Amino acid sequence: MTSAISIRHVSKAFGQTEVLHGIDLEIPAGAATCVIGPSGSGKSTLLRCLAFLEEADSGVIEVFGDPLGFTEDASGRRARLPAAKVRAVRAGIGMVFQQFNLWPHMTALGNVSEALKQVRRLPRKEAEDRAMAQLRRIGLEARAGYYPSQLSGGQQQRVAIARALALEPKIMLFDEATASLDPELTGEVLNVMRDLAAEGMTMVIVTHEIGFAATVGKLIAFLDHGRVLLAGGPQQVFGKPRHPRIEQFLDTYLDRGAAMLV
Amino acid sequence: MGAAVRFDYALILSRLPDILSALGVTIGVWIASLIGATAIGFGVAVARRFGPRPVDAVLLGYVELFRGTPFLVQLFLLYFGGPYAGLSLDALPAGLLALSVYGGAYFSEVFRAGFEAVPRGHVEAAECAGFSRGQIIRRILLPEMAVLVLPAGVNTAVSLLKDTAVLSVITVPELTLTVSALGTEFYAFVEALFLLALGYWGLVEIAAALGRIAEHRLARFRFSA
Repeated sequence: MTSAISIRHVSKAFGQTEVLHGIDLEIPAGAATCVIGPSGSGKSTLLRCLAFLEEADSGVIEVFGDPLGFTEDASGRRARLPAAKVRAVRAGIGMVFQQFNLWPHMTALGNVSEALKQVRRLPRKEAEDRAMAQLRRIGLEARAGYYPSQLSGGQQQRVAIARALALEPKIMLFDEATASLDPELTGEVLNVMRDLAAEGMTMVIVTHEIGFAATVGKLIAFLDHGRVLLAGGPQQVFGKPRHPRIEQFLDTYLDRGAAMLV
Repeated sequence: MGAAVRFDYALILSRLPDILSALGVTIGVWIASLIGATAIGFGVAVARRFGPRPVDAVLLGYVELFRGTPFLVQLFLLYFGGPYAGLSLDALPAGLLALSVYGGAYFSEVFRAGFEAVPRGHVEAAECAGFSRGQIIRRILLPEMAVLVLPAGVNTAVSLLKDTAVLSVITVPELTLTVSALGTEFYAFVEALFLLALGYWGLVEIAAALGRIAEHRLARFRFSA
């Protein structure tokens, strides 16, 4: 199995607070990796480092062999890569946020086609055709002309997924994509993510949906206090006997759809 | 004592063409200085947000200075003090420059607040999609901010409209200078000032109404944070 992303000894602190302590993780290509763990364990920070929205303080992240943002030589000296190089690596990565972050002054179609027009410099017609194809893929073709404020939370998040997919990324990152949705709206978003996983998209999913992680994730990484406590297949992480820390964590999720795991 | 004041507008209104042309000067000065002030304000807000730290410090000084001193004093300093510094301007250009720089200080604060009110995530989403900084400013920050700052911007624009009256002291032939001169000419000061107040009020109400229409039309772009 080839790695899509190699995370090697990545650390990150915000001021005095150390959030990530030397994370090592290999993200497999063509499969879904789910990152789980208690709040404050550093899951989102790790994902934001992968999206280069945060810059790791030390360590190296490689995306299909290309270093993201920084290189480190044998003595640990860090060098920042030129902006064009950073941009080229980031172009292969799509990001979906907990708060959707759709642009409110653009329609669904506008949100999905904007980067195709501005960044990829496609002609308007072609950009909108491609955007429409993405909206069709997530079942929101009929809502193309709606503004974000006219869409439900689940629909907004699906548009946000389409917006990221339109740029044809090699890797999709999901930062608690369903955490701000009403329970009855999480299903439609999880279904889109499940379909993507079935198509063989490389995904890194930070989630509190333990049942989803257990069924969709090829690799499960359990983060605790900024460290990878355990990384392995669903059986390895959730199967019994369990690591006591995971046992304790799962206990708090039994009433949240994870009962099937017990 | 107690004699009824006889309001007589007929005389003043006999000079309606003069008044209308002065009204035109006021509106012209307002719109020109509004364009100047929003351009300066936007430039300052962008430089303070994206520029290096020393630039931010210098521009903060500009904002504090021009918001912290009376416009009348600024205008006098430019018009009467300018020649000592090699800057001799006629009344109209001096007035436009002073109003633009003064209004720019206020508009820069409006825009700064607007930048801060756009959720970080909207910018991050654009960064992830590969937008350049210029594209983020033009395509994301500016339009989102426009909706958010519209009420405060209309307020500032209305203040600027009323501040155009101050230009009368350096003989810009705008509404206040013209109408109060007519009051002197016809010994009808109160009528003149009353007309003047009504005139400004009418303009302000029109400006505010335009602002409300714009707000209403842009309402669908609003988001719940």
